[in-house]
Parts: sequence; C-alpha cells; structure tokens
Amino acid sequence: MPELGKDTSGTTSGATEASSWVGPSTRSVSRGESILEVRDLVKHYPLTQGIIRKKQVGAVKAVDGVSFDLGRGETLGIVGESGCGKSTVAKMLVQLEKPTSGAIRYKGEDITELSGRALKAVRRNIQMVFQDPYTSLNPRMTVGDIIGEPYEIHPEVAPKGDRRRKVQELLDVVGLNPEYINRYPHQFSGGQRQRIGIARGLALNPEIIVADEPVSALDVSVQAQVINLLEKLQQEFNLSYLFIAHDLSIVRHISDRVGVMYLGRVVEIGTDAEIYEHPTHPYTQALLSAVPVPDPTARDHRERIILSGDVPSPANPPSGCRFRTRCWKAQERCAQEVPLLAVPAVFRDADSPAAHDSACHFAEERVVVPR
Amino acid sequence: MLLEVRDLHVEFKTRDGVAKAVNGVNYSVDEGETLAVLGESGSGKSVTAQAVMGILDMPPGRIPQGEIFFQGKDLLKLKEDQRRKIRGAEMAMIFQDALSSLNPVLSVGEQLGEMFVVHRGMSKKDSRAKAVELMDRVRIPAAKERVGQYPHQFSGGMRQRIMIAMALALEPKLIIADEPTTALDVTVQAQVMDLLAELQRELNMGLILITHDLGVVADVADKIAVMYAGRIVETAPVKEIYANPAHPYTKGLLESIPRLDQKGQELYAIKGLPPNLLNIPPGCAFNPRCPMAQDICRSKVPPLFDVAEGRQSACHFWKETLDA
Repeated sequence: MPELGKDTSGTTSGATEASSWVGPSTRSVSRGESILEVRDLVKHYPLTQGIIRKKQVGAVKAVDGVSFDLGRGETLGIVGESGCGKSTVAKMLVQLEKPTSGAIRYKGEDITELSGRALKAVRRNIQMVFQDPYTSLNPRMTVGDIIGEPYEIHPEVAPKGDRRRKVQELLDVVGLNPEYINRYPHQFSGGQRQRIGIARGLALNPEIIVADEPVSALDVSVQAQVINLLEKLQQEFNLSYLFIAHDLSIVRHISDRVGVMYLGRVVEIGTDAEIYEHPTHPYTQALLSAVPVPDPTARDHRERIILSGDVPSPANPPSGCRFRTRCWKAQERCAQEVPLLAVPAVFRDADSPAAHDSACHFAEERVVVPR
Repeated sequence: MLLEVRDLHVEFKTRDGVAKAVNGVNYSVDEGETLAVLGESGSGKSVTAQAVMGILDMPPGRIPQGEIFFQGKDLLKLKEDQRRKIRGAEMAMIFQDALSSLNPVLSVGEQLGEMFVVHRGMSKKDSRAKAVELMDRVRIPAAKERVGQYPHQFSGGMRQRIMIAMALALEPKLIIADEPTTALDVTVQAQVMDLLAELQRELNMGLILITHDLGVVADVADKIAVMYAGRIVETAPVKEIYANPAHPYTKGLLESIPRLDQKGQELYAIKGLPPNLLNIPPGCAFNPRCPMAQDICRSKVPPLFDVAEGRQSACHFWKETLDA
C-alpha cells in the first residue's frame, strides 16, 4: 500500500498530457512481414552424475531444432502434448531460458546474442502471459503494484507521476473496474486474475505476446470471456500472439496458423484450415482424431486413431523420425532418416491445401475432423 | 435402479458462514448406464459424488437432508462399518489426480493387492497374483515385471490405469469417475476413456462420470445432468441436450466452447461469474447471468419442469429456451 500512495501523489499533480499508453513510435514494419523468426532453436538440459565432480552423462533434448516465423498482427498457435517442448520454446522467446543453439531474430536482430541494455530494450517488446493465474501473481502485492511493476524496470515507458493513471487505463482495457487498483489478487476470481496477468503483459506496449496456456486453468464459461478479450486486444493494438495450448479446439479458434510439436520438434505447420482439415502428418491426424467433439451424433461415424504407448523420453529420443515408435506407418526408412519439415514431395506441385510443411516420409492427406 | 439420490443437501461450515454446496439434487443410475454430471468448479458435482461414496469430511461437511438409495438401501442410514464394506467392494471411485491418490511409498502391487487382503481376506502372496491379473486387464504392458514398481515409475496414463484397476478390483456395481482424464494428454485421454467404457460394458457397471468437458460427455454418456450452484438445472438423454438445450445455462455453455470442426467468429461468453456458495442469489441461482431473466426468476426458485420424456429443466422459461 505505501508504494501505491507514492504513485497517487504523483498522479494527481501532473498527469495532464493526453497521450494514450498504446503504441510505441518505433512500429514501422508493415503487416504481413514477419516480426519474429525462429531458426533451428535447440535447448538441451544436461543430465549429470556425481556430486562433487559433475559429469555430464546425457541431455534432455527438450527442444531440438525448431523453426518458425511469426507475422505482425498474426496468431501462431503451438499445440502438442506435455513434454513436447512447447513451454520451453515460450521461455526462450522471452529470454527466460538461454537456447543451447539457434537463433531468435526479432526484426532481423538475433536476440539470443544480446545482453545488457540492448536485451532489455527487446524484452520490452516481447511479453508473456502465464498459465496459472493463481501462482503467477504475487499475493502480497496490490493489483496496482503488479501491473505497474514493469514500469519500475522500464521507466521510460511511463514517468512516475503517470503510472497510476496508466494502470487504471490498463485495468479498464482488460475489462476490470479501475477502482480495484488497491485490491489484492486473492480478492479476484480466476478469470479476473488472468485479466490482471494480461494487463501486466500489456503494460509496456509490447508487439509480441507469448501466451502459455492462458485459459487452461479457467472454467469453461470464463474461458470464452478471456479468449474474446485476447482477440479484441490483438485487433486494437495490432499484437502478434504466440499462443501455446494443448486444447486443439481453442487453438483453432484463435490462430491464423498452427504448428504441431512432438518431442522437441515441429512435425507439421500451416494455416488453421491446412492443419485441421487437411493434415498430412500421422501424429497430427491421431491428435485431432482423439479430441472429443461436443456432438453426440458424431461419435458413431467418427474415425478415431488410438495411438499405442506413451511419448518416449526426451533424454533418449528414437532415431530418425521421433514419432516412429507410435506410428502405424513406420518403416525402415523412418528409423534411419530424419524427416525434414518441408512440403512433402508428393504434394510439391499440387495446388491443394495439403501442400504445407509436414515432417513425414510417408505424408498423405487424411480427413479426421468431421465437417 | 442401482443408485438413486433423492433431494440431497450438503453444506459446509466455514469461518464466513455456511456454504451450501449441494441444494436438493436428484439423480439415478442403472446398471450398465453412464450418467455424466457436468458442471464448473463449485457447482457441487464432486461433493455430491463424495456424499454418495461416503467420503465427505464431516465436519465441516453436513448432510442436513436427503436420501441415497443404493440397491434399495438408504446409505445415509447405515453405520460407518457397514458403509466401509460397501465402499470399494460395491461402489468405487476413480480420482482425477492419480499421482496424489496413490501412496508413493507402497508398490502398485501392494496397493492393488490390499483390496483383496482387506475385503476378501486373501494372503499377501495370492493378492499379488491378483494384482498382476488386474494390471493385465487394464493393459499395462509387462505387468508381471512392473507389479513391484512404485507410482512415480509410471507415466500419467499408466497411473490412471492403475487407479482404474484398483477401482475394478472387486468388480463393483457402480463406478464414480471424478474427472478421470482431465490431467491426461489428448491421445492418452482417448486410450483411458476407451478402456473405461469397454470394462464398463464387460462388467455391466453403472458409471457416474463427473466432468466439465462437454466433448468427453458427448463421446461416452447415455444421459447427462447439468449442475449449477448445487442444483441440477437440466437433465436429459445426451443426444437431445446437445441438439436442443432447455436451460439457458446449458445453452450458453454449448455456445461458449470453440469447436474443432468449425472456425467460428467471436465466442458467445456467459457474462459474469458463478455465484459465491455462501451467498447464492435468491430465485434461480443463474438469474444474474441469464439473458432471459425476468422478475419471477429473481423471486421464485424454478423446480425441475418436465420438458419431454426423460427430460427436465429448472427454468421458468424452458419453452422459450427450447424454441429460441
């Protein structure tokens, strides 16, 4: 509370200029151009043995060669099961984890090589919204302190006297009553807390928001509210989203393009229609066919691909194609040769939605989502 | 009828007052039938199930009113030692989080075998053989080798299979599964639901499936009861409720979920929040969030109106909702 008092005194004195909190002047890249390019991103966590002299005996290959582009104003959805590396990718994008190798280019500049002031400047533009609104907000800070904290680190965005007003504007933008500024997180419901998390992500006028499972902790009726809010904010501020989730229905709803990850790699990537209506990778097909559809009339004529077994350990992934141990199409070649993420040869000259990047030697189109 | 819950009320004493978690629930399940109880957190769906199983913490919980008939006997009138004989043997429960429901310091074989030692007076050695048999039944590979392993050595899907094996051990008549696949990945979720449905058919058990996932319900349930603020607001055969809901809450839920097979526009969002159970709104509990609410909704609690054969809706305006 005392800190907020400090803010208040400043606000009342001199916040007169009417400049909106949105939109840094540096936004010049035109729509359609990619704002973020990820190339061959790798993250290995070492496995060590011994207490005194730690000897590396292996590595958990959490992310092992991931590449994608994110366009301005675009939403790229990343789906995959637990352990596929999607959250690790998110952490590397916001530089919470340092990649083992690979590049993350933000407007052409590799941010993995930046440090100090330059890194700080980039971080301002790439912000994160976390999954669990119960643990990602400090219970001993007021909402005003939580949303205003980014300004402590980046004072150039909001001069001290202006902060309280900006926080209140942010609360209004995410659909919360600006008068709640002095309340604590426990006084809010899950959906409201996630709004607070989103407001904090927006505080520094970022261009890119990395959202890691932002609605999976919320009740069904509240999920829709938060998704609608995210879509509204994207249009209003021309944000680019990297939207990570395991719920394929939600990802389809919000995404322009979708990437499917399995065991540290992207196996298939394309527009939402390409992935959902014309999947060519067997893993995508199995994943889509396993999603329960809220339509009891569909259950009788729906084709289901039930995979056997579990995801192998990322410390010791299968050779060649990583999906081959669970794949019904696997052949000798799959164990020998790593399939590249590219348009499969069979579709190369085809003018069809099936002609999108898919890392499978035996890619073929199969419709698994009833239309 | 295998199980019949009649006018069940459950409340919890808290520091801030009495939380009315369940306010007059009626439902029934027959042998071989699957009832899905759908609701959001705080709707009372799990508390009802806990009352049926007899595993409510009392106090702070209290059942001021209601009857639970299981195979003709009112469970609430039985003594604790009689209930204990029923629990596990006649009815069993599968929980959401297998890792925290299994004992980490006992091997899965010991935990599975314990059922036979306690309820059937079997020797340890025989119970171990039974445990292997059960693990085979829920299709855990290499059951013989893995029976001595501990829960942390199994994957999430395998742990949930062990939970299912444990529930099935004594071939109960009724299984209550509380969000059995929520913690699992999609592909594993499909494996586990398939297994559960198959075993249910095989043993002709009644199944109460508690979930918030409208997709899972559509896949496996025969009938459905939608709960809101401790009451059933709509109950119907599963096909009819999805095609034409008779309660605005059900309708709102169905419209608010994105669909895998459709790329929609803006989602319909039910405004506001579920009510605080310490202070449930008068009249229909859903009225502050309902687009159709009128004066009568704020003053009079709607009873369950008969909408059609086997269908009921607790809405004063069920006709208008159906027609809309």
